[in-house]
Amino acid sequence: MARNPRNIDEAAARVSRRALLLSGGMVAMFAALGSRMHSLGVTDADQYRLLAEENRVSIRLLPPARGRILDRNGKLVAGNEQNYRVVITKEGARKADGGIDAVLERLCQLIPLTPSDVVAAKTELERQRAFVQVAVAERLSWKDFSKIAINSPSLPGVSPEVGLSRTYPLDHDFSHIIGYVGPVSDKDLEGIDNPDPLLMIPRFQIGKIGTEKWMETSLRGKSGTLSVEVNAVGRVMRELGRKEGIPGADLRLTVDADIQNFVQARLGTESAACVVMDVNNGDLIAAVSSPGFDPNLFVRGISQENYAALLENDHRPLANKVVQGTYPPGSTFKMVTAMAALKAGAVDPETRVTCPGYYESGGRKFHCWRAGGHGTVDLERALTESCDVYFYDIAQRVGIDKIAEMGRSLGLGVKHDLPMSAIAEGNMPDKEWKSRVHKKEWRIGDTINAAIGQGYVLTSPLQLAVMTSRIASGRAVLPRLIKTINEVETPIAPAPPLDLGIDQLQAVHRGMFAVVNGDHGTARASRVADATMLMCGKTGTAQVRNISAAERETGVVKNDNLPWEQRDHALFVGFAPAEAPRYAVAVVVEHGGGGSAVAAPIARDALLAALTGGVPPLTAYPVEQQTRMQSLFEALVLRPPSRPAITKT
Amino acid sequence: MSFLEYRLKAAPTGLRKLWHMDWALLLVITAIAGIGWLMLYSIAGGDFDLWAKPQMVRFGAGFALLIFVALMPIWSWELMAWPAYLVGMLLLLFVEFFGMVGMGAQRWIDLGYIVLQPSELMKVALIMALASYYDWLDDARVSRPLWVFLPILVIIAPTVLVLMQPNLGTSVMLVAVGGAVMLAAGVSLWYFAAVIGGVGGTVFAILFSEGTPWQLLHDYQYRRIHTFLDPAADPLGAGYNIIQAKIALGSGGWSGKGFMQGTQSRLNFLPEKHTDFIFTTYGEEFGYAGAIFLLILYALVLIFCITAAVRNKDRFSQLLIIGVAVNFFLYIAVNLSMVMGMAPVVGVPLPLLSYGGSATLVILIAFGLVQSAIIHRPR
Repeated sequence: MARNPRNIDEAAARVSRRALLLSGGMVAMFAALGSRMHSLGVTDADQYRLLAEENRVSIRLLPPARGRILDRNGKLVAGNEQNYRVVITKEGARKADGGIDAVLERLCQLIPLTPSDVVAAKTELERQRAFVQVAVAERLSWKDFSKIAINSPSLPGVSPEVGLSRTYPLDHDFSHIIGYVGPVSDKDLEGIDNPDPLLMIPRFQIGKIGTEKWMETSLRGKSGTLSVEVNAVGRVMRELGRKEGIPGADLRLTVDADIQNFVQARLGTESAACVVMDVNNGDLIAAVSSPGFDPNLFVRGISQENYAALLENDHRPLANKVVQGTYPPGSTFKMVTAMAALKAGAVDPETRVTCPGYYESGGRKFHCWRAGGHGTVDLERALTESCDVYFYDIAQRVGIDKIAEMGRSLGLGVKHDLPMSAIAEGNMPDKEWKSRVHKKEWRIGDTINAAIGQGYVLTSPLQLAVMTSRIASGRAVLPRLIKTINEVETPIAPAPPLDLGIDQLQAVHRGMFAVVNGDHGTARASRVADATMLMCGKTGTAQVRNISAAERETGVVKNDNLPWEQRDHALFVGFAPAEAPRYAVAVVVEHGGGGSAVAAPIARDALLAALTGGVPPLTAYPVEQQTRMQSLFEALVLRPPSRPAITKT
Repeated sequence: MSFLEYRLKAAPTGLRKLWHMDWALLLVITAIAGIGWLMLYSIAGGDFDLWAKPQMVRFGAGFALLIFVALMPIWSWELMAWPAYLVGMLLLLFVEFFGMVGMGAQRWIDLGYIVLQPSELMKVALIMALASYYDWLDDARVSRPLWVFLPILVIIAPTVLVLMQPNLGTSVMLVAVGGAVMLAAGVSLWYFAAVIGGVGGTVFAILFSEGTPWQLLHDYQYRRIHTFLDPAADPLGAGYNIIQAKIALGSGGWSGKGFMQGTQSRLNFLPEKHTDFIFTTYGEEFGYAGAIFLLILYALVLIFCITAAVRNKDRFSQLLIIGVAVNFFLYIAVNLSMVMGMAPVVGVPLPLLSYGGSATLVILIAFGLVQSAIIHRPR
């Protein structure tokens, strides 16, 4: 159809107006886009820049090397060994002919892998992203490790790696003192408000028990950080920066590994504990609980049957009897009774008591261990021959509260602060204690039982060692287990003098000297021949069953004829040298029989070992015993003595 | 034809046509495409052959097509408007039954050499058809209901087919482009007010229908809507793309992190970063300044087009140029508001920047038509 030019111009003008209308809409939209870009890239840029950094940068923790634990001479007790492990990544392994399955199969032919290891690795590979390393085998021998390295061309995705893991070269000797480490558990994290991020690393190893646990903060160190750039799926693209952590502190124990080893061997298969303590500064030279166990088993993951065997053993290898076991101290308590009476002025060293073989009080008869009685005894003889009646008598004179007070001042019934697990408080009963705990009144019979360390009195071998140290030095020494942290000496607790007259202390010493060296001493068989290392001590035999009146009449059944768990505990406490005490010892042999026959010889050997720095010389023993001692020592399986002190590397 | 009567002799002939082309427009288009190649090179991590080179080859081919289309007289293109529309409809029907399925929708025909997206072609064909219709229609009838109803049918027919693919983004663009041509042609504004009111009501109905048995959209489209409304609700799932895109754009700051220094892009936090989300990498590496520079280039293209439309006295040419300009604008507006978190993610490329053959070719052909209208304008 035809149009005239005038219409065309009009129509074109209308289109132009509408075009400008549309342009207005476009301008508005461009303005909106521009302002949005402004708010993103200018107004909120800092916030988005931060988010982009958070996307990009991932902070990885660098676990520090755990501090070592050394003995007092620098011998390694707990260290870190290289752990040869094999890891595999999905992205690498699936490139192989036959995929991941084929690679794992080839791996099985090279190194010992159980089917469950393979299944575990496969499950983990399924779960993880393609580039995440999954551990297939740990703690490989160098030989197996090299096999993997050599065969790496046929094992795509598999790589041999070296990590650090805890090792205890002196396995059984220190198991109870230092404990062991294990992977952090939910239970470990309970009660920690702001846990170290290291603890969040899966399978991070922390101290589970013993010094490893109680010195955890020192041993762990501070983590370093590694910041890496990651892509959207989390693959590491490059390292951005590294801040090294602080390695854990090296600890030096007060314990001498050689003496610890000797005592451990000397205790043999007995269920026993032996503590050797420096009477002047409280250093624990040896703290042995027997039998021990191998802490390395726990680090590597103990098998069910090994663990069950440890739990079912009636000698309780997992228990640290040094601090955890509490026993009636028996006659080793008699010094406490004596010192309480002396201090109170109830008796003096020359006070005499007649022992007819029993003590009568309130219509009841309390027997002395010697049925015929000791006749007239003073303090020295009462200790030497361990006359029960003498102590019944003086205990009655002084009263239980004074005895308990003396016991506590000597470290009994007190929880000593050491970095060891399950430290027992023991029990030092008095009148208030009985009415509080048993809701009963204290009776005369209770005092009489307590006087000879029976009844309610319970002590740990550590407490007995502390008691003996205090008797020997006359000062309130406190036990110490950590000698240095990173070679900085830990402070020795001040040891104020005990509130005892010197002559009173010397009277007790004389009694203890005669126990070992006197003609009638109960531990005469365990005397020392070397005049420079003479021992003072006291035997103890703690009943674990009640002897009925009927049995007493027909004759007390001999220990050897009783089942093991009903036999008496054998105890001995002592110190040496007699002239200038240096070391105190406490020995408890569970169900061992008599203190003089079983515990005293062990205590003598331990003291002599501490004084001579190793296996005691035979010349220290009476001539007639030297052959027997020689064969006994030769039968012991000992580690080679440590070389001169290792300096810190 | 009206055009033949109108000083046909004044139109240039032969190679002189090249002289009359709008070279400034071509220069800006090439500059935008150049930014695209730069970004494709950067996104590929410095690999020229991966995306940048094929895209340059396509641009070259498209540019040749543009020149060819531009040299053909505009009245011959007007003659081909309706045939082009019919071919477009046939192709849309063809993909409906035989098309390739990609990303959950039937959108492509594989010609072996090139993958064709008929809905892109349809946009240009629709513009041509509507422009031709209004060139033919007597001015006085433009706003009469019957003559308004016919072009609406012409718009609705391809829109329904595209919606069935399903391709929400292109459907919306078809309606918007068609409506823009109608608006430019002088259809009474009351119709538009009515349509806008109707659309508003429909949007309400769509949102209201969710979860009911008569639900109007696919679940994935609803999820996109919800993601748009509150991307933070699902930061690792549906909202991840938008959040990462905003982080990329925002972290670029004033001047960007520098060419090939975009961490969001390089470390793969960005989705679809060489196609629909290419602007995010650009914004991250060149910042706010770079983004504004690109917006200015785009605005220049639109200004040149609108100027050309206003200066042209031929009705078909005017409406065609306006249609092409609006189409180009819609690509930019939908894509940028999508990547900046202002609109739902609907799969619309950024013209001349995003990697892809179909869209680039169609856009260059459309600009060929614009150049033809400029060269052959009545003088």
